Amino acid sequence: MSDGQSSYQPPPVAIHPAAHGHTPHHPYLQHHFDSMAQQMEASTLGMWTFLVTEIMFFGGLFMAYLVYRHQSPLGFQEASHHLDVLWGTANTAILIISSLTMALAVRAAQTSQPRSTQVGYLLATMVLGAAFLGIKAVEYAAKFRDHIVPGPYFEWHGLYPKPAEQFYSLYFAMTGLHALHMVIGLGIMTVITIMAWKKQFDRDYYTPVEVAGLYWHFVDIVWIFLFPLLYLIGRHYHAA
Amino acid sequence: MSGHVAPKSMYYAVFAALLVGTGLTVAVAFVDLGALNNVLMLGIAVTKALLVILFFMHVRWSSRLTWVVAASGFVWLLILFGITMSDYLTRGWVEGTLR
Repeated sequence: MSDGQSSYQPPPVAIHPAAHGHTPHHPYLQHHFDSMAQQMEASTLGMWTFLVTEIMFFGGLFMAYLVYRHQSPLGFQEASHHLDVLWGTANTAILIISSLTMALAVRAAQTSQPRSTQVGYLLATMVLGAAFLGIKAVEYAAKFRDHIVPGPYFEWHGLYPKPAEQFYSLYFAMTGLHALHMVIGLGIMTVITIMAWKKQFDRDYYTPVEVAGLYWHFVDIVWIFLFPLLYLIGRHYHAA
Repeated sequence: MSGHVAPKSMYYAVFAALLVGTGLTVAVAFVDLGALNNVLMLGIAVTKALLVILFFMHVRWSSRLTWVVAASGFVWLLILFGITMSDYLTRGWVEGTLR
């Protein structure tokens, strides 16, 4: 069935030039842009503008973390000590590998690689993203089991129960918001993979992969900061 | 059209640097260096973020306008942190003020 032809159907030639009165152009060029390069520049800039709002979105949580950690540095260290560095490090590595496969997917589209290459890199990125979420689920389950989820059943047997509850409130808010971004990222990647499967991307048009890649890398960057701030600050903490 | 195409080797080099950075930050975390722990931790994280932004996100080859927009996010973030902490860090400096 699928012969791999692009699903795009160019408008009937008779209507197209007559209605617009201009020379033929790339089928994916929207009419309010002069060139493919300008179109891509606009999309990239638009995504970056969105990412700036995302920086501030996560920034508020990082701000809260900074204030509460400043008020109880030892409490935060004690709370952080309970997190599993192994899972955290594994997830950091997984996200970095997924960023590599994402970058290679963009490059594959950019260099007009066959669809199998493009789809392969995109699927690898999605599998890694799903693995990240799987590990996160295992970690969350352990937190529920150990009663360190903030709320009426929160239990803390260390020296600093109140700061520990604040730390875990931030832990769930920050990693939860990050995980939500991963889920959305998987949705975006599904769409991009289908587009790549339909052979829509080549050296002349790869803006959607590029822009989706920007989002994916951004989510990776958020984790690059979450990992040390949540998992690593308590490594050398010894209860007095 | 087509933007700058970076060689595959560059992506692998950046990837390797990111993994080394991760290993380094974990190793350093197990040694008690006092305040230096935070400096190294954030220094490595910022370096890793810059590598991702410049190379994986292609900002190195993007227009000046993209540079300005991308940088503006971090400028506003620093304003948020700077002004908020100028409050929290200076509480109690003056006798009788809120601690």
